[in-house]
Amino acid sequence: MAFFSYLISGLSLGAIYAIIALGYTMVYGIAKMLNFAHGDVIMVGGYIAFTCSISLGVNPYIATIISALGCMVLGVLVERIAYRPLRGAQSLSVLITAIGVSYFLQNVALLIFGANTKSFTSIINMPPLKLFNGELTITAEAIVTIIVCLVVMALLTLFVNKTRLGWAMMAVSEDKGAATLMGINSNATIGLTFAIGSFLAGIAGVLLCSSYPTLTPTTGAMPGIKAFVAAVLGGIGSIPGACIGGFLLGILENLSKAYISSQLSDAIVFSVLIIVLLIRPTGLMGKKQIEKV
Amino acid sequence: MSNIEQNKNILEVTSLAISFGGLNAVDNFSLSIKNKELYGLIGPNGAGKTTVFNLLTGVYRPDQGEILLDGENLVGKSVEEINKTGIARTFQNIRLFNRLTVLENVKVGFNAFNKYNLLDAVLALPNKKKVEEESNGEAMELLKVFNLQDEAHLLAGNLSYGEQRKLEIARALATKPKLLLLDEPAAGMNSNETMDLMNTIRFVRDKFNVTILLIEHDMKLVSGICERLTVLNFGRVLKQGITNDVLNDPEVIKAYLGD
Repeated sequence: MAFFSYLISGLSLGAIYAIIALGYTMVYGIAKMLNFAHGDVIMVGGYIAFTCSISLGVNPYIATIISALGCMVLGVLVERIAYRPLRGAQSLSVLITAIGVSYFLQNVALLIFGANTKSFTSIINMPPLKLFNGELTITAEAIVTIIVCLVVMALLTLFVNKTRLGWAMMAVSEDKGAATLMGINSNATIGLTFAIGSFLAGIAGVLLCSSYPTLTPTTGAMPGIKAFVAAVLGGIGSIPGACIGGFLLGILENLSKAYISSQLSDAIVFSVLIIVLLIRPTGLMGKKQIEKV
Repeated sequence: MSNIEQNKNILEVTSLAISFGGLNAVDNFSLSIKNKELYGLIGPNGAGKTTVFNLLTGVYRPDQGEILLDGENLVGKSVEEINKTGIARTFQNIRLFNRLTVLENVKVGFNAFNKYNLLDAVLALPNKKKVEEESNGEAMELLKVFNLQDEAHLLAGNLSYGEQRKLEIARALATKPKLLLLDEPAAGMNSNETMDLMNTIRFVRDKFNVTILLIEHDMKLVSGICERLTVLNFGRVLKQGITNDVLNDPEVIKAYLGD
């Protein structure tokens, strides 16, 4: 039974990674850039929800929505102010800018909220589920997180495959030049991608802080990196890949914490990434890039 | 169609120039194309033909000169604005959206004419459904013209080479251009396919009332369908005029064959 308990908390952690990884993977797929500030958007989401629900007493579900919308606005602003002027610049410049944005957000949070750890109250106010005469306990947070992740994944897949904005995103992702020549506004499409990714980061932030109820200005950094690893593991640019990568990573991390060593768990996770990339450089679901001559 | 309309210039380019690092890629380039004309742009490799296309579509901004489409100035507009004003193109090396289906490729072209906004799309409002049904019908009509209706739900990347070329034209037409630019449409085609393509191009011109400017190396296609030609050499206009006169001009022959 302990195994199932670890497995389910791994799935729940993986679901959070997956939601964050979606933001990385979509932005990479369309803007061809790694948005290393994505993890810090999660942290901002956590602080927004914290401020709304604990300091201002807003209903926690409404606080979640406010947090997601706040992150969406933040993501669009970051893209507009920091990344759009660099469109067409070398990818290294964009990468360094993203790291700059990451430190900027962390330090703004430090300035406003201080370095002290805030204790976050879970927004999910439900009793845990007890199975097999109480031998297996599943927290409500784990259940909600996994369900939210699956719903988000389904909606996003529908959006990308069934709506015209989704096709426009795929078109820009595949060939930005040809897409703009067909009248698609690539800047708006990239902005939309950041909006969606950051909205999801806001939700992920609240879910993360509900399961691991501490909040500091660097809360988003490690989950951000893990989610990035998940996106690469699954095949960066692929939506189902981000989902699979996230779940795999979460399970792997939790099981290695439980059975091998909690100190070594991160090392194990990153070693798996290295091994997968050695065998399949494009990740599990990634397509082989054929260079056109 | 009245004489006046037919003689109206749809495209007016005057003394266009662009240089890259001191090299005058295109210099003092002027061109007038009449409404519904089939116009050819030819010249040796590296003469600047594709650069002209990139200037017309806004990918490059000219150092000087003027581009008027149907009286509207295009210089300074963004690529997508120029597309919406009425210029669409195909590519020498096919650039379809291979991860989208044939139908979706065409519908992406309708993008500029979206009659519903983001909120409608996200919330799946009735307006969206109606627009979507209309545009599905419209897209299928367009595919029928190119005999691609049975492939509508295949991924574009799975079409044969000839079909991909046709789909590129269909996608460009979906943006409802006044001027259609074809970049080496006959590249990689055998003579039967080229004959077929010539008929398609004429048919497209008549059915969609578009003006067509094409870059081509295949002289059979050029002499077969182009009414007038411009020959570019080293970024400058070498000769302009009626197709047969231009092709028999000693200077043009020299530029192509050397001394």
